[in-house]
Amino acid sequence: MSRSAPALDIDAILDDDNTRIIVCCGSGGVGKTTTAAALGLRAAERGRSAVVLTVDPAKRLAQSMGLTELDNTPRRVTDVNGAGGELHAMMLDMKRTFDEIIEAHADPERAQQILTNPFYQSLSSSFSGTQEYMAMEKLGQLRRSGDWDLIVVDTPPSRSALDFLDAPERLGRFLDGRLIRILTAPAKVGGRSAFKVLNAGFGIVAGMLTKVLGAQVLKDIQMFVSALDAVFGGFRQRADQTYRLLQAPGTAFLVVAAPERDAMREASYFVERLAEERMPLAGVVVNRVHLSRAQGLSAARSSAAAEDLEAKGEHELTAAVLRLHAARMQLAAREQREQEHFTSAHPTVPMAQVPAMPEDVHDLAGLRQIGQLLAS
Amino acid sequence: MGSLRNVGAETARDIDWDGVRLHVVSGKGGTGKTTVAAALALALAAGGRKVLLMEVEGRQGIAQIFDLPPLPYEERKIAVAPGGGDVYALALDPEEALLEYLEMFYGIKRMGKALTKMGVVDFATTIAPGLRDVLVTGKASEAVRRRDKSGDRVYDAIVMDAPPTGRIARFLNVTQEVAGLARVGPVRNHADMVRGVVASPDTAVHFVTLLEEMPVQETLDGIAELRTAKLPVGGIFINMVRPVVLPGPVLDAAYHNRFDHSELMLGLKAAGLADGKADASKVAEALAQEVSEHARRTELEKRERLSLEAAGVPCYDLPLLPDGADLAGLYELAEAIRKQGAA
Ligand SMILES: Nc1ncnc2c1ncn2[C@@H]1O[C@H](COP(=O)(O)OP(=O)(O)OP(=O)(O)O)[C@@H](O)[C@H]1O
Ligand SMILES: Nc1ncnc2c1ncn2[C@@H]1O[C@H](COP(=O)(O)OP(=O)(O)OP(=O)(O)O)[C@@H](O)[C@H]1O
Ligand SMILES: [Mg+2]
Ligand SMILES: [Mg+2]
Repeated sequence: MSRSAPALDIDAILDDDNTRIIVCCGSGGVGKTTTAAALGLRAAERGRSAVVLTVDPAKRLAQSMGLTELDNTPRRVTDVNGAGGELHAMMLDMKRTFDEIIEAHADPERAQQILTNPFYQSLSSSFSGTQEYMAMEKLGQLRRSGDWDLIVVDTPPSRSALDFLDAPERLGRFLDGRLIRILTAPAKVGGRSAFKVLNAGFGIVAGMLTKVLGAQVLKDIQMFVSALDAVFGGFRQRADQTYRLLQAPGTAFLVVAAPERDAMREASYFVERLAEERMPLAGVVVNRVHLSRAQGLSAARSSAAAEDLEAKGEHELTAAVLRLHAARMQLAAREQREQEHFTSAHPTVPMAQVPAMPEDVHDLAGLRQIGQLLAS
Repeated sequence: MGSLRNVGAETARDIDWDGVRLHVVSGKGGTGKTTVAAALALALAAGGRKVLLMEVEGRQGIAQIFDLPPLPYEERKIAVAPGGGDVYALALDPEEALLEYLEMFYGIKRMGKALTKMGVVDFATTIAPGLRDVLVTGKASEAVRRRDKSGDRVYDAIVMDAPPTGRIARFLNVTQEVAGLARVGPVRNHADMVRGVVASPDTAVHFVTLLEEMPVQETLDGIAELRTAKLPVGGIFINMVRPVVLPGPVLDAAYHNRFDHSELMLGLKAAGLADGKADASKVAEALAQEVSEHARRTELEKRERLSLEAAGVPCYDLPLLPDGADLAGLYELAEAIRKQGAA
């Protein structure tokens, strides 16, 4: 490596009792869920009482941790080795989490009103950002319960890692937004002059929305917001609280990336953003890296030798194996360049590599192996 | 098909999606939806046709892939297909589509602009996700049905770079989605028009996948969901397929840990890659390890392919492009799509 990043010491993080939350972020499909589960398992096997909050895990992985249904509560994972520690795992159910917030804060009648509201139903199951908000909410709940000394959080599949930080705020802003206030309670809006201006606009706006959406939708929104208002103070404020939790010193962000241009670029944005937000970055995990134990045999030499054998019409098998190796070395070199690119922009960010396994990671043995590789 | 140009040259080919005018391309995030949609548009346009490539998520993915500056909300020609033929592109923006819609049905474009400034348009499309979708699919359906003054179809086909698998059934199931919004009126009529197109044989919903567990599972779930919603399932594009470089029996042996090192050692020596016995055996061992991993990967891919095939729809292979999906790569993929009869 021409530029090498400092090594990321995973075990030091896992063994430090001050580490209370580990957040695994990254762009879509890079291995966030796998990494989170592997870290949870490793932490438990090193003696910690850990819970891992997964979001949309692959079916077989979920089953291997004993998660057969989406019941939104942590379940104890059996077959955890080592003494003293234990692992619980759960899958996030965003709708249920949302429902539970409502149920916890409203009297039964009002809760019922909200839960059956069509606007609430579409918001809680399909608003982009709800999943992220609820992941943060759940994290907050787990933390407040005090039942675990380490919480490992996976983040929702999304194109951009930044969504995890931005989406909750978006939902909060939307629900607490000016427009929703104006539309739903024109009479309650602040000072007199503002009231006048807004009210003039209100007629037009409400008229247009009624036309396009139908009167019922507006009524649903109105009911939803007034019912919600009465039960607790602001979604935004709630999101802010969890946000602060993420800035606390006991939190460690791990950015997971694949050694590809797009994913490394996303990782770069995310690292910069964490710095801006003063959120504690532990390091970057580059997942599914291709390595070779025959490093000394370069792609060029390997191809040339294959060509030579092919020309002579000898050792077909060896020629094919050399081609395979050449392709792998080429891939490895490309991946290396992407990582160096990142490191030259962020020379102080610790990094760990996890090799690409030939098969999916879908059982505890696989997770254990990933954990070991992460730590080595 | 009267409006198709070069009919003579094309009738000889047997194409799986003959008669389909709207190709919707979905798939798990990052599997290559945008890339495959673009290649499919090129393939469909080949030989003198006119195809519209649409993206719906406001991400300017088409511009990126064709190496163009950001596209405006306007249909414009962006590429020439092999053998002549034009690909037009449209980067759809739900806000613009809503304004257009307001103007069309209510004649209130100017006010629409004011509403945009206030954030009302964004608000409306946000509180009613169904509204956003019906505007987008409405635009596609309109393009499918559009005819010029002489009554000929303007486009031979529309290709849509669609939302990912998890959202595709809901996205296309517009009447269901806006049912809560509007029981009567223009939105409802619009939704019915869309349903008339997307649920008809004019449409095919394709999936892009990789030979990996999660994208395959999502593809199968997506297909089941579409079938339940009575929406037309198209084909499966298996993307980033790597060539098999080793003969079957070798892979088989390696998979079962019976790979023969001695032959490899002899070969390495013959190629001058090993100085002395110890070295040859070390290199051979390392390479054998790579062979074994490759064999396991190939086996997994074989399994995933079998479960895809069980879905009972045509599957097409698209090669992994060693230099990534650049412009030349798109044409290569388009060629592969045509060779396999998907276009
Ligand atoms: N090091 C690895 N080697 C081989 N396969 C891996 C590795 N890490 C993860 N995988 C596999 O890659 C797939 C995606 O991993 P995972 O689900 O952890 O990604 P993710 O970032 O959580 O994805 P999403 O954004 O969809 O939530 C899984 O099938 C997993 O088994
Ligand atoms: N056949 C291929 N060979 C090599 N690289 C490819 C191939 N197809 C796609 N890619 C690359 O994979 C990446 C993802 O592709 P693309 O953007 O088309 O996926 P997508 O499904 O549209 O992603 P998103 O869900 O983010 O919209 C891009 O970098 C693209 O260049
Ligand atoms: Mg995941
Ligand atoms: Mg895309």
